[in-house]
Amino acid sequence: MTAASPRPLVAVLDYGIGNLRSAQKSLERHGADARLTADPAIVRDARAVVLPGVGAFGACMDAVERTGVDALAHEAVEAGTPFLGICVGMQLLFEASEETPGRAGLGILPGTVERIPDGVKHPQMQWNVVDVVRPSPLYDGLDGDIWMYFVHSFAAPMSDMVTATCDYGGPVVASVQRDNVHAAQFHPEKSSTAGLTFVDNFVGLVRARTATAS
Amino acid sequence: MKTARIIPCLDVDAGRVVKGVNFVDLVDAGDPVELARRYDLEGADEVVFLDITASSDARETILEVARRTAEEVFIPFTIGGGIRTVDDARRLLRAGADKVSVNTAAVDRPELITEIATEFGSQCAVVAIDSKKVDGTTPSGFEVFVHGGRTPTGMDVIEWAIRCEALGAGEILLTSMDRDGTRDGFDVAVTRAVVDAVNIPVIASGGVGTLDHLVDGVTEGGADAVLAASIFHFGEHTVAAAKDHMTAAGIPVRPA
Repeated sequence: MTAASPRPLVAVLDYGIGNLRSAQKSLERHGADARLTADPAIVRDARAVVLPGVGAFGACMDAVERTGVDALAHEAVEAGTPFLGICVGMQLLFEASEETPGRAGLGILPGTVERIPDGVKHPQMQWNVVDVVRPSPLYDGLDGDIWMYFVHSFAAPMSDMVTATCDYGGPVVASVQRDNVHAAQFHPEKSSTAGLTFVDNFVGLVRARTATAS
Repeated sequence: MKTARIIPCLDVDAGRVVKGVNFVDLVDAGDPVELARRYDLEGADEVVFLDITASSDARETILEVARRTAEEVFIPFTIGGGIRTVDDARRLLRAGADKVSVNTAAVDRPELITEIATEFGSQCAVVAIDSKKVDGTTPSGFEVFVHGGRTPTGMDVIEWAIRCEALGAGEILLTSMDRDGTRDGFDVAVTRAVVDAVNIPVIASGGVGTLDHLVDGVTEGGADAVLAASIFHFGEHTVAAAKDHMTAAGIPVRPA
């Protein structure tokens, strides 16, 4: 392992979907060398991996498989690399989704992504307060009401991996963590100062790990 | 918790904000990115850029606006104006826009909505509808106009909104052309009619002159979000003041 890089390489997995530029820029803002890539050599070299995603679960899984990003995600998670799934990128980590029945997800986390409660507008397209239910380093430094921007009609199932929820027609999973795998249903890269703190904390984890390893 | 969004809108021509803006301390008040950053700091929930660039050779400038905004502004932003194809949408989204808004092109070729939604997801497919009150020409009494409100289509606003949702639209940006620029407040009747007819979020637009108008858009119109331009640009009210006003009226919003 080389000495701790002042600018840790973070691979933002690019499988051709949506706006990845904000995710990249928010990471760069906190000193990461963030690259949009599906190049195995770069991803394997990365100190952290981010899996973004917007759109439908099935369409995203198709694109993830077509570009080989599925194998890279599995590899990074198994190697213990800090990993962050965002929005549909979070949902893809699970085994399946009610959005696209019969379509397998990455299966990195157990369970099936569920439709958010009825009786409220779909999608939830708004800012909402995130209630931290289990300590996660990604919420460090965020005090009082934590407002994040959500755009989704489906969400991860309740489990002991849940680190935060929001209230939208009932409790909805906002973030999860298991070991090195972190995931947020909201868009931290679109959640102004609170979101930037969250991203900063993720980059901080990467730096701490890199420093320890060197 | 359901929260209302406050969305400042900027008209951009060849990369510059067209309506005069008088934030005294801005280095460049004509720079849309600088204004968007200011609105982010004030607590705006999203920003909309409406590209009114007429000449096609200057259209590249809006891509540059999207790129720079994505580097400096960390709230969602939508770009509308002149988007006619999936390729147009793709360029803007890859440049950093979170959503694209289609209007005339969607009326000309409704499949465009489906194409954008299929390719990039419904969440980024906004349909802008320009509404005018008409006497008896359409069932609801509101007709869809295109080409910046100049051309009647004969289409009913409510029926078109329902069709947009079925085609894959993720959000409706509803502007009352009767109220736009009047500062008399939203047309809450058409807002309410559209909100009741569709299940996707509706942004009310056109006519805001006071902070009470923003409240009316949500309480009377039922809108999920309210869009305004001049009251913010001319420094009459800050977004933060608008949010305080909404909170005082009992409407949950993200505090500034």
